[in-house]
Amino acid sequence: MNIGILALQGDFLEHFVIMQSIGVVPSLVRLPKELENLDGLIIPGGESTTIGKLAVAYHLIEPLREFGKEHAIWGTCAGAIFLSKDAMRDQPLLNLMDIQVERNAFGRQVDSFEIDLPAPFLERGEEHPFHAVFIRAPIIKSVSGEASVLLTIPDGRIVAAQQGKCLATSFHPELTSDTRFHQYFVELTKS
Amino acid sequence: MEQQVATFKIKKGLAQMLKGGVIMDVVTPDHAKIAEDSGAVAVMALERVPADIRADGGVARMSDPELILQIMDAVSIPVMAKCRIGHFVEAQILESLGVDYIDESEVLTPADEANHIYKHDFKIPFVCGCRNLGEALRRVGEGAAMIRTKGEAGTGDVVEAVRHARTVLGEIRRLQNLPEEELMAFAKEIGAPYALVLETRELGRMPVVNFAAGGIATPADAALMMQLGVDGVFVGSGIFKSGDPAKRANAIVKATTHFNNPEILAEVSRNLGEAMVGRQITDIPEAELIASRGW
Repeated sequence: MNIGILALQGDFLEHFVIMQSIGVVPSLVRLPKELENLDGLIIPGGESTTIGKLAVAYHLIEPLREFGKEHAIWGTCAGAIFLSKDAMRDQPLLNLMDIQVERNAFGRQVDSFEIDLPAPFLERGEEHPFHAVFIRAPIIKSVSGEASVLLTIPDGRIVAAQQGKCLATSFHPELTSDTRFHQYFVELTKS
Repeated sequence: MEQQVATFKIKKGLAQMLKGGVIMDVVTPDHAKIAEDSGAVAVMALERVPADIRADGGVARMSDPELILQIMDAVSIPVMAKCRIGHFVEAQILESLGVDYIDESEVLTPADEANHIYKHDFKIPFVCGCRNLGEALRRVGEGAAMIRTKGEAGTGDVVEAVRHARTVLGEIRRLQNLPEEELMAFAKEIGAPYALVLETRELGRMPVVNFAAGGIATPADAALMMQLGVDGVFVGSGIFKSGDPAKRANAIVKATTHFNNPEILAEVSRNLGEAMVGRQITDIPEAELIASRGW
């Protein structure tokens, strides 16, 4: 099982530490050749504009699109924006998921929040909700095509979606010590 | 399913999202756009870059809220703004504007010569400067959710940034090797809260994100700081006091990502035009040094 983490910018080391804690030693990806032999890739939180520009500058857009056609990719926050086909403004996107996202949908940093969300698809996810941390977070405004809704917050807004082996979350499982989302992704990678 | 806001996890979390990135000083909305287009992860909105504050002399204060609001409108990335050390009313004003981070900064003239702001009282996270681990952990104790080593702002001379980063990281390495019975004496020696000393030892790093600042002027400077072990860089005067700000900004962003790849560093360092002129630290009289502000 070879999992990579896109390490152009953002909290890639937080993902790295959680992956290690569940027995997976990931590699860091900054250039296209580093995608070789990977079974799955995580795109971390960070600034989506920065990650997008660096991906363009180092010719990663096409290789990532190709990779995502066959392999699992999980984007958290900025990573979710990058996976989408529409971010409601002009910035580089991978166009791998049929989701429309709205950046900074809750407002500025002062509006960032944490909340427990029941997540039936995770192990014991009904009785033990997942603690979700939202930081200047995007929301998934709509899903279409083959994308489906995984999680919503109490007001009904979508904060996680899946399309085949691609996974997008508005929040940051890597900022908690709960490893269930990372385990879910590892299983997805194997499927 | 209660929603929690302004927790320390959330304050610290935004800084974690900025890691591996470059935060740039900007003095106009146009600068802010250039910074965003060049790949900055955040901008610091201020009226004058440190090199100009240094040249102008006089008292340096919080920037005009109008300018900060214009910059917030101009970009989609986080906007930070500076208040004076200990000036909690300037901080309250910045909080009411809704900036994403407040820098309680030694670059401005201090308002209190004994105390920093009690930062736990605010919903907006704070970043503070440090020269050593004790100073860093005192700031975290007061509520800072991000630390930057100070360097010497507005000089374009990286030597102080290196000194401060090496000091902090060296002290952490030393702390990890001490026997338990020496930890209280270590906390006393560096003047840091004991609980945070224990936490730092346990983690093997600072309990919050640590960027480098003060004197970074080239892609190589940024990569140097990253290789020393900081989480990201602030570039102040180095970009907009140079010959071709957009190109230099972009090159520093790339160098911060590919800090371990000398071929890429060579590539991005080519044809950048004039770097900021710079002032060697050793030519600056002691009384004019900024880094010594902070207690």
